[in-house]
Amino acid sequence: MTLSGALEVASCTDPGMVRSHNEDSIASDGDQGLVVLADGMGGYNAGEVASGMATTVIITELQHLLVKRLPYEIDAHSGQLVAHQMLHEQIAKANTSIYQAAQSQPQYAGMGTTLVVALFYDNKMTVAHIGDSRLYRLRGGELRQVTKDHSLLQEQIDSGVITPQQARQSQNKNLVTRALGIDPIVEAEIHDYDTKPEDIYLLCSDGLCDMVSDDDIGLALQTLSSNLKLCAQHLVQTANDNGGRDNISVILVRVLRDYPAPRSIVGKMMSWFK
Amino acid sequence: MAKLILSMDNLVLKEIALTKERTTIGRKPHNDIQIDNLAVSGEHAVIVTILQDSFLEDLGSTNGTVVNGQPIKKHFLQNSDIIELGKYKLKYVNEAVTGQAKAADFEKTMVLRPGPVRAAAPPPAPPAAAVPPVAAPVVAAAAAAAAGAKNFSDTVAGQSATAPPVAPPKPAPAPQKNAALQLLSGANAGKELDLTKPLTTLGKPGVQVAVITRRPQGFFITHVEGASFPVVNGKTLDAQAHSLNDHDVIELAGVKMEFFLKT
Repeated sequence: MTLSGALEVASCTDPGMVRSHNEDSIASDGDQGLVVLADGMGGYNAGEVASGMATTVIITELQHLLVKRLPYEIDAHSGQLVAHQMLHEQIAKANTSIYQAAQSQPQYAGMGTTLVVALFYDNKMTVAHIGDSRLYRLRGGELRQVTKDHSLLQEQIDSGVITPQQARQSQNKNLVTRALGIDPIVEAEIHDYDTKPEDIYLLCSDGLCDMVSDDDIGLALQTLSSNLKLCAQHLVQTANDNGGRDNISVILVRVLRDYPAPRSIVGKMMSWFK
Repeated sequence: MAKLILSMDNLVLKEIALTKERTTIGRKPHNDIQIDNLAVSGEHAVIVTILQDSFLEDLGSTNGTVVNGQPIKKHFLQNSDIIELGKYKLKYVNEAVTGQAKAADFEKTMVLRPGPVRAAAPPPAPPAAAVPPVAAPVVAAAAAAAAGAKNFSDTVAGQSATAPPVAPPKPAPAPQKNAALQLLSGANAGKELDLTKPLTTLGKPGVQVAVITRRPQGFFITHVEGASFPVVNGKTLDAQAHSLNDHDVIELAGVKMEFFLKT
């Protein structure tokens, strides 16, 4: 199955102004409707190893699986949507790989990574995320944060300890409550969303959203939507102009047209008789 | 490490480091900070510290708690906040913000693990009677989880037990000067367009569009879409951003305009 021509994808990643390493990792395959972003953590170069493993495992495994299986079908054994099942299994696989590497190699001890994955199919997308890397949607001029961070700050906001305004001032920005590769088992948060032509989706690491306000992100997506590559570069540049204290990664996906799943003849016949 | 400086009539009485999860303030002797003055309630207020952040909560005191002149019930403390209890003043100082920390340590993402680590963390302090029952477990749980994070970063990540200090993001320093465009040709010739937004687009969508970005270094023009590129001072630009100087003449989608800096 291919979505060629339905999605436009552009990305940009940058170490920022302070860090010498880029511990973020991004990968995308527009024809398969697949985008992955990870923000690694851990000493020396372990962060890069963790995020690199996560994006590589997930993108290559899903590329293979998508040739054989259709994400919008229901799996006969589990009764789950194939897209969900694939994401669950491959995230678990990536988690095990990172966890085992961290356990067996002392220089990788304690490494981990955040993750956000979006899989587009049948006018929908399935988003899986772990940690504080985010997915935003621009629709009709309005920017909305789709994913909810797994972070101490988000928990504090949810429990009413602090307000979102105070959260921007908080010192505890960098604490995530979930990450890939830290424990033997990790649970990703997975949700489905309908997509519409002209939607723009932004996947980013915290290096962007900590440095650039949502208003400025929204303005950039709106103004530069006709040149996605430039828009991605502009977002990274703005984060750097504001200090660029962390690695900055951005993936932009624009929905160009509808991409309904090709239904089989039998399926169409069945729907006529309903 | 955050601390409080207790003073009365501009006379510093003592300094108290906020090392505990809960630091109680009141007139009775069992409080961590005892202020023996009748204007202060027996159990007056509490400061809950979660890693680098501290929250002040009034425990239903008779005369109330005032921060920076405003009465509060609950307050997220910021560096150099002044807490007033009767005649006494407590200044909140968070050196993580004021001190010059190593830049490389800023915002290193770390994992906070609930579950086994939280279980190993010391049990949360019993909530004081005056604490609203809903708020107490939440704060306690967060504090316990925070303690777990410290353990984690200590043992696994091999980093220091305290979270690296993080300064709040500063707004981009605006360019020194403001700038505007004046149209020199076309239907709106003579009209002025102020360049106040971080991004201003010019041209006709679908035909030719360029954008002017306002950055700390100055103003830049970049081609966005269309087959032809903008022309500045008679020279056609390429796909790269081009720095604009005072009185540059831009030609775009058949319209000429002049860029100028405002004083």
